Formats: sequence, C-alpha cells, structure tokens
Amino acid sequence: MSEMLQFAFSGITVGIIYGAVALGFTVIYNASHVVNFAQGEFVMLGAMGTVLAISFGVPYPLAALLAVLATALVSLGLYDLAIRPARNAPVFALIIITIGASILIRGLAGVFFGTSFHALPPLFGDTPIIIGGAALQPQSLAVVGGTMALVFMLRFLMLHTSVGKAIIATSADPMAASLVGINVQTIIRLSFVVSSVIGALSGILIAPIALASYDMGTLLALKGFAAAMLGGMGNPMGALIGGLIVGLAEAFSAGYISSEYKDATAFIMIILVLFAFPNGLFGGHGNERV
Amino acid sequence: MKRIAVAAAAMLLGAFAVSPSQAQEPIRIGAIVSKTGPAAFLGEPEELTLRHYTEKLNAEGGLLGRPVELVLYDDASDPNTGRTLATRLVEDDGIVAAIATSTTGGTLALAPVFENAEIPVVSLAAGIGIVEPVRPYVFKTPHTDRMVCAKVISDMKSRGFKGIALITGTDGVGKSMRQECSDAAAAQSIEVLADESFNPKDVDMTPQLTKIKNTEGVEAVFIGGFGQSLSVVTRNYRQLGITIPQYQNHGAASKSFIELSGKASEGVLVPGPLLLIAGQLSDDNPLKKVATEYSAAYTELTGQEVSTFGGYAYDALLLIADAIRRANSDDPAAIRDALEATKDLPGVTGMFNMSASDHLGIDQNSLYMVEIKDGDWELIDK
Repeated sequence: MSEMLQFAFSGITVGIIYGAVALGFTVIYNASHVVNFAQGEFVMLGAMGTVLAISFGVPYPLAALLAVLATALVSLGLYDLAIRPARNAPVFALIIITIGASILIRGLAGVFFGTSFHALPPLFGDTPIIIGGAALQPQSLAVVGGTMALVFMLRFLMLHTSVGKAIIATSADPMAASLVGINVQTIIRLSFVVSSVIGALSGILIAPIALASYDMGTLLALKGFAAAMLGGMGNPMGALIGGLIVGLAEAFSAGYISSEYKDATAFIMIILVLFAFPNGLFGGHGNERV
Repeated sequence: MKRIAVAAAAMLLGAFAVSPSQAQEPIRIGAIVSKTGPAAFLGEPEELTLRHYTEKLNAEGGLLGRPVELVLYDDASDPNTGRTLATRLVEDDGIVAAIATSTTGGTLALAPVFENAEIPVVSLAAGIGIVEPVRPYVFKTPHTDRMVCAKVISDMKSRGFKGIALITGTDGVGKSMRQECSDAAAAQSIEVLADESFNPKDVDMTPQLTKIKNTEGVEAVFIGGFGQSLSVVTRNYRQLGITIPQYQNHGAASKSFIELSGKASEGVLVPGPLLLIAGQLSDDNPLKKVATEYSAAYTELTGQEVSTFGGYAYDALLLIADAIRRANSDDPAAIRDALEATKDLPGVTGMFNMSASDHLGIDQNSLYMVEIKDGDWELIDK
C-alpha cells in the first residue's frame, strides 16, 4: 500500500511538472495555432536565470522576478524577430521556426550559463513529509500549488476578461477579429509574454526537484508536448490532467513493470488514447468555440 | 564549407599564436570531449586540463623541438557527432594521435575510425569494452568499470553484506556497470536481490528506489551511471529515508556531485582515484607528488576543486607526450608502439604500465574507498 502511494506521489510530482510545461504550450496555441517548441527553453531560462541572479547575491524572490522578466523579453524577441516577419507563412513553417529558435536559445544558454547543473534551494526545506509510509517532497506541494494557481488564473483570463475573449476570437478567426477592432498582432504578442511567464515560473518551481541546466528544456518540452496533446491542445485544464496522466503512467510502469520500459509505456498509452480521442481528452471543441 | 574554412583559419591562427618564432610544422594532437550535453561535467574539466597542459608543454619547448597544437572539438555527449568529428580529425586535421572521448558509448562509436586510420587514440571513458578485447590503436586512462565493481563488491564483502541492490543508468556506462557488478557480486557469492535502472535524463528515481527499499534482505545499494542523474538518485535516496549504505561509482567522484546532492551526499561511499584524496596519502607513495601538483595547478587555473575527469585527460596527454618523446617520431604507428611500451609512468590516476594485452596499464591498487563527510572526501581504507 505504501509502495503504491509512493509511486502515486512520484507520478504526481513528475506529472505536475509536465503539466506546467504543457500549460505554456496552450496559450500560444490558443492565440495563433502555433505549437511553440521553444517552450522548454522558457522553462530553462526561468530556472537558470534565477540560479545566475542568486549567484550574484540577489535575494531569491527578486532573482525569480528578474528571471521571469528576462524570459518575457526573450519571448518578445522570438515573436518580433522570428515569428512576426514570417506571419504569412503556413503554421507548420512557424512551428519549424520555433524549433530553430529553441536550438539557438539552448546553444546561447550553454555558452552564457555554462554547461554544469545547478540546484535551487527548495522553498519549504527538504525534509520529506511522510504520509502512510510514503515520502512526499515539500517542493512537490509548491509545484502543485503554483501550477494550480496558474491554471485558474489562466482560466479566469481566458473566460472572464476582454483580453481573454480577444485571444479566443483571434484564435477562431484572425480576420474577423481584426474587423471587430481587435489588434491581432498585439494579442499574439501578449500570448507569447503570458506563455513565457508561465514557462519561467514553472522552471523556477521545478528546479529544486529536477535540477537546472542549460539543456533541461529539451526533455521537458517533449514530455510537456505529449501531455498537451493528450489533454487536448489549447485546454489549460486538459494540459494539467494530461501531464498528470503521463507522470503517473511513468511512475507506475517504472514501479510495477520495469524501469527499462518506463518511457515506452507512457508513450504507448498516449498513442492508444489518441486513437480513441484524436483531439485529446478535452480538446473536442477547440475550433468550434465562437 | 564555411565551417571548414573557419576551422582552417582557427588552426592557422592557433599555430602562429603558439609558435611565433618556430617555423617548424607543429605536432597536431586531436581531442574530442563532451563539453556540452549530459556528460558536460566530465568534458569541461577535461578541456580545461588539455588546453592548459598543451600550453605548458609548448612553454617547455614542445615535443621533438616542435610546437604542439591541440585540435579540440566538443561532441555534445552524442556518439554520432563524436564519430563525425573523429573522421574530421583523421581526414582533415593531420593529427598524429588523439584523445577521445568522455563517454564509453561515444568512444565505442568512434574507435573504429581511428583503428581504420591507424592513428592511436586514448579514451577518457571507463567502459571495459574499450580495451577488452584489445584493439591495437585504442588506449584509455580511467579505471575500468570491472575494477570499480571489484573494489565496491569486495568492500561490501568485508562488511559482511549478503544481499544487495543495483540501480544503474540505461546509458553505456550504466549498462556496463550493471553487468560488471552483477558478475563481481556472483563471484563473491553476494546476491543481487533487486536490479533497477533509470534514464539518465529523468528527474525522479523514486519509484525504482521504493522497490529497492521494499525488497527483503537488501543490505547495501550500488548506483552506477554518470552525470547529474547520480545526484538525483542520491537525493531521492535520502528523501525516501533509506538508511542502508549507499555506494556510488567513480562517476560521482567530483565536487559537483557533492554540491548538487547537498546534504543527501553525506555518508555516500565512492570508489575514487587517488586524485581525490592525494593529500591524505602517505608521503612514500610515488604518485602523491604528481597528484598533488596537478590538483594544485587545476585549482589555481580554474578556482575550482580538482575533478578526477580532468585527471584522466592529464594522464592521456602525459601518455601521448611520453610516447612521442620515446618514439622520437611523429609517425602514428611509432607512437602507438611507444604507447604500448609505456613503463612505470606516474600519472594522477595510477602508475601506468602498458603491454600488448593491457591498454589501460593501471590496476585496482590506485582506487580507494572514500566516504563523503562534511561535504568533503575522507579516505576510509588507507
């Protein structure tokens, strides 16, 4: 029993991490239908930026704030220098651009930050909480709480503010949106900023668990993308649940089947789910939403 | 094309910078290290060491009266890239010997390139597959995983452990460690009761460790692999409150392991090369002087604590320089013959004695069991 609980804790921790990354994907996708593969790099910039600022003696909260701002600037740069000039290109060309950007950002980060790994101190200490014989890291709670807060803020933004409605309108039909007076470029630019802030914040939250390095974004983006697809691209709650499913599948297959097949089991499960629900578990009505 | 031009320009500049007055053609030594990617914390100290000691070699007059030029590339911990770079070294760069690369998987991928070109290469990776069976042109400097396992298992035996667990990475070194340590345990009639693995990029190894924790009769755990994943295992180990002794492999023998693992690293046992604890050795040890000198030079150069990985690179360059001097030639075949004939050469990893059947040349005696105490290494078997 305690074994199962331990696997569950582990799966939830890892799953929430994937979910947090998946969340970043949803925002840009909602506004522009672009899957931004540089999302993992936003996570990395948040974590590594904080590590760097702390190493200069900046206090933790301020360091985190600086890192988030820096990441937002990089994201604006990505949009204005790479995406906007190519805005008339097909969506898949824009996706390729984001892949290129992610390689560029990662390469520059390797030179700028160096290639070694760093650990951020956990927010609430590192003494595990023992529940039913299973150990839970306090930082996991911080990640869960932080990500849930982000999801609810995002839902509120999307459903109850005029900015959110403008994002949804832009997503549904950019031409019609601009005819009713929505500045489509500004909305998409905003979505890059929001998405990078989410990425950077999740990077800061997960660095005490996952360790920070210049190339941490690659694997996280891959798993986060899988989570976003599973949950239904564009749905914040779906992203979170998709992440949890991937994380739990990994933890339980490592625990009960074999750690050799952990990644394979998770991905096979995703493929099976997508056979049944091609739009993801919660993605059925993405485009028809008016 | 542009890349080749840039590389060529860099080479020319390098040659002039090194030897403004020497008109002679430099002796080119190739190097590939994993400066980026998961093995970065091996590659960084290796590169720093190679660059520093090449400079030093030139300041002392070079080799055979000619300057030495280091042609160094980063394989990003990727065996495919490493193989491409090896081909470039062999075909375009005109090297006479090479040092490559940081990882076992990478070395195995690029070794055939040097074999075919008949240019000697010294690897910085642990895997025993690199030198067994012996390939004429392939040498290496770190202790093999077999020696490390023999050391660890005999330490477990001496403490009376009968049942142990293994948790190893799915990368080259992890797999090789798993095999060697299972064999060593079987030979000492210690039973492997749990055998788990992890992906080196994973952020959480709790499920695997939970299984080990709940396996009856496990008295000690051995962790095999490299890079930051070793720290993740050690951190999770403490978070789960596992209290039985924890043995790491020599991939954890660096200060960055202690820094990344924090308090979780206290009490971890590591089979380490003598470089870690050179200062704690007795003065009549013939290797103490070389090791303490390198250690001090590295700290002065980088402001960081010495890492055993840099030590492997130091030894590789030392072996090649020594072989070129003895061969009195820059012919790759002659250098190979001289490498194989290396006798009583004190390096920072051990005393090197190569032969036609031994392309490593050091033995288990230069490995020490070390315990991490108060964030530092403490020698436990003198």
